[in-house]
Amino acid sequence: MVRDVAFGQYFPGNSLMHKLDPRAKLLCFVAFIVVIFFTFNYASLGVVAAFTVFALISAGISPKFYFKSLKVILFVVIITSLLNLFYGSGEPIWEWWILKLTWNGIHRAVFVSVRIVCLILLSSCLTFTTSPTELTDAIERLMKPLKVIRFPVHEVAMMMSLALRFVPTLLEETDKIMQAQRARGADMDSGNFIKRAKALVPILIPLFVSAFRRAYDIATAMECRCYRGGTGRTRMKTLHMGARDIVSFVVTAMIIGGVIVCNILLTSVL
Amino acid sequence: MSFIQIENVFFSYDSEDEGQPVRNAVDGVTLSIEKGEFVTVIGHNGCGKSTLAKHLNAMLLPDSGKVYVDGDDTSDEEKTWDIREKVGLVLQNPDNQLVASIVEEDVAFGPENLGIAPAEIRERVDKALKAVGMYEYRHHAPYKLSGGQKQRIAIAGILAIQPQCIVLDEPTAMLDPNGREEVMSTLLRLNREMGITVVLITHYMDEAVPADRVVVMDSGKVLTQGTPEEVFSQVELLKKHRLDVPQAAELAFRLKGRGLDIPAIPLSVEECAKMLGEVLQ
Repeated sequence: MVRDVAFGQYFPGNSLMHKLDPRAKLLCFVAFIVVIFFTFNYASLGVVAAFTVFALISAGISPKFYFKSLKVILFVVIITSLLNLFYGSGEPIWEWWILKLTWNGIHRAVFVSVRIVCLILLSSCLTFTTSPTELTDAIERLMKPLKVIRFPVHEVAMMMSLALRFVPTLLEETDKIMQAQRARGADMDSGNFIKRAKALVPILIPLFVSAFRRAYDIATAMECRCYRGGTGRTRMKTLHMGARDIVSFVVTAMIIGGVIVCNILLTSVL
Repeated sequence: MSFIQIENVFFSYDSEDEGQPVRNAVDGVTLSIEKGEFVTVIGHNGCGKSTLAKHLNAMLLPDSGKVYVDGDDTSDEEKTWDIREKVGLVLQNPDNQLVASIVEEDVAFGPENLGIAPAEIRERVDKALKAVGMYEYRHHAPYKLSGGQKQRIAIAGILAIQPQCIVLDEPTAMLDPNGREEVMSTLLRLNREMGITVVLITHYMDEAVPADRVVVMDSGKVLTQGTPEEVFSQVELLKKHRLDVPQAAELAFRLKGRGLDIPAIPLSVEECAKMLGEVLQ
């Protein structure tokens, strides 16, 4: 069950999205995700949604994986849009008890859900098409200027890539521990919230113990493979910015421009 | 001087000031390993064989005594990285040795640490993956592979550093029989075809059979050593220390005990069957 999580997985491939330089990809995605929250009317929301669809198509990954990652946050989307639906301001068009439906509320609900869905789809698209190593490499390179203020750039990047590497391993381990505790009669699926939270303790303790043991092993294995920090290290895959990446910057800039123009020309519906 | 020379090494995990008697994990071991040899070290859990393995690439330094690798003293800090480049260590749990999320990127980790040019890293990675027969899996995620495949990737990760010797600390302990077979045949190939020195630490007696030399350890000491034939014919000595012998040897030993005329202790099933056939005629 825990293994079904698709978010954060990487699917090797040869699509346009795969071929982009991870630095360019990361910067564009971050810029774009910020832009998502600056959409105030349907025209700009449309631009954002259209680009999201374009990004997903150019990644060439089966839609079922996107549905999988959406499934995880479906609950969040429903709750937040329901909250927004009934907490809008302005003239109520329908009223019952404390619930009050307004046009403003409906707009808000639509915007919130489209924004969250776009956010999740785009970040899934980024992790689906970029290997964790590429991603942390990109972050390491982009943060390089921070070295001036003695920020441990290499160490942070190494920690991130190790963390990403061990996500599936630790998930699998959690699954195993849960099964083992169930086999001994642990009850994890019934009772109220507090009871369920308490039932997690016998899972978390062995998980932490084994994670520490693993960390010790990994450190040994890394030293055995001559790891001695970031100085003097080379990389097998070097990053190159190409024409493709320039185009991606231009496209992102155009979309940001488009959203700004829409916001200026049209009135906000929120 | 031998390639690896272990001279009267003592090592203990306990510190002396705790007032308890100090138990040495390695208790006076002297051993030499030649270039190109396939040596198997066998013994019970806690006999000190894993501790000894970590001495071979300066992960642990002896409390007293010396370990020399290719003439360099492991306690010389300036030589530590040279030694780790010459002697690679593969650990028991393959999951905890793979540091990257893609097979080829993991294999590249070692050479990257050595500061080698990207084109040469690529070459070394491809060569190492081909040597362990995992080249087709280079773009896969390690967590989706079987235990035997993961362990072969871990071996490739060490091979890419291009060491002269590979030390493996119970590499098959967590694998199923198929995985064990995969790893063993890979190791034999590396030793026979590429001339890499292999030191295999294991508690499966059957894995000691194809070795050039078997070293038996018990409570931190070397109990006996020699060719597999020499070692496993000492069935009584091994039994006394609660160690097993390969099943074929065990069978022959028992038959001999019942008065059957057994000329030599066989080590493999084929050998045993052939010999029994001859004896029974």
